[in-house]
Amino acid sequence: MDPTTRTQQPIVTGTSVLGIKYKDGVMLAADTLASYGSLARFRDVERLIKVGGTTIIGASGDISDFQYITHLLEKILIKESNTEDGHQLYARHIHEYLGRLMYGRRSKHNPLWNSIIVGGIKDGEGGKFLGFVDLQGTTYESSTIATGYGSYIAQPLLRKAVEGREDSLTEEEAIKVLDDCMRVLFYRDARSSNKIQRATVNASGVTITDPYDLETEWGFAESIRGYGATD
Amino acid sequence: MFAYEQQQQSSCPVKAPVEHRFSPYTDNGGTTLAIAGDDFCVIAGDTRQSEGYSINTRYAPKVYQLSNGAVLATGGMYADGVTLVKMIEQRLEWYRHAHAKEMSCGALAQMLSTILYHKRMFPYYVWNTLGGLDEEGKGAVYSYDPVGNYEKHKWNCSGSAGHLVQPFLDNQIGFSHQREKPTLTMERVVQVTKDAFTSATERDIYTGDYLEMFLVTKEGIQKTLTDLKKD
Repeated sequence: MDPTTRTQQPIVTGTSVLGIKYKDGVMLAADTLASYGSLARFRDVERLIKVGGTTIIGASGDISDFQYITHLLEKILIKESNTEDGHQLYARHIHEYLGRLMYGRRSKHNPLWNSIIVGGIKDGEGGKFLGFVDLQGTTYESSTIATGYGSYIAQPLLRKAVEGREDSLTEEEAIKVLDDCMRVLFYRDARSSNKIQRATVNASGVTITDPYDLETEWGFAESIRGYGATD
Repeated sequence: MFAYEQQQQSSCPVKAPVEHRFSPYTDNGGTTLAIAGDDFCVIAGDTRQSEGYSINTRYAPKVYQLSNGAVLATGGMYADGVTLVKMIEQRLEWYRHAHAKEMSCGALAQMLSTILYHKRMFPYYVWNTLGGLDEEGKGAVYSYDPVGNYEKHKWNCSGSAGHLVQPFLDNQIGFSHQREKPTLTMERVVQVTKDAFTSATERDIYTGDYLEMFLVTKEGIQKTLTDLKKD
């Protein structure tokens, strides 16, 4: 009999994912790097995916665990559509499912090593949804969410830009704040890349951009001597 | 001589080992409180959800109105709290089907202890406070530790600011060290509860954002939301 194996540590990993609510819906951003420890192993891995017609999810943490989760979601979406009962899975249902999945696995001491952001249309009544799930089964909803290093570096910037403006922030402003935060993360997070994607859910459905490069400015580096000392 | 040789001191950031061993537990902080009056009960909790030094969200309710008319306040690990409440709701439904009546507050109090103790070897990391009205319509408060040890009180406060608030309640609700022992009105209890939480918010970083209160009387249950400081 084969011994049972468990995820004791993540191997190929993705870094931060960011998510915000804005005027017309929700928007997620993540880079496309899959690291192998400190090695930038795969530079074109898409970590934002569409789940059904009204939901997007973005994952940080172990990439293979995320691909397994993607597979599970595809299975339940097929099952759901085969019933043809007029019901469909909205963002809050996907979030609940992932919450129970992650909690169930942590309770077996065999976690799926991810932090996941779920965004989209809340339910059949409409409304925006932005939620979080992690490997311990912790769940919450908020108008701004960031995983990993993003929770330290980007979350304060996102809260400043979004809190209290969830219903007035325009799409252009939302894109700008996410691009700016991803750029700051690229400057400071050594496991990140400047090749990013954005995913949007609004009245016109789900859109996921092709990967694009963020413009960066390294001119200031010329004048830095030592560890940032100014003299 | 070499015994006194100075150890090489590092002047740059020391490489700290990265924690990668899986822990199924986390502490999401928060404070809960319950006070029983002669014919009412007030159960309250803040709505902040934290992890380490980060605030996950400003609104994640951890006080639940149960289907039998009791109110359960959960603190500690949020995911375990959510799971425990799902378990309880299922058991309340089975009780209704089996006995064609609602479970009494006292019966629920014993059942909660049993549910918690059944997970003695892998506990729900939750500090519960149960509030409601007993069979005679008098206010009742029960408090629990994670493994089901419980006790009936007139007032209780637990969670991250429990040790700050409990002695305040002993004095203002139990009138310890006071000459006068006036009868408690609901208005007075609500005011003491608000004062307890605004003060706890000043000193405890895990308490804040909003205060959610449930006012239980024989007429029904009223839910209120009050602002707390968001810093």
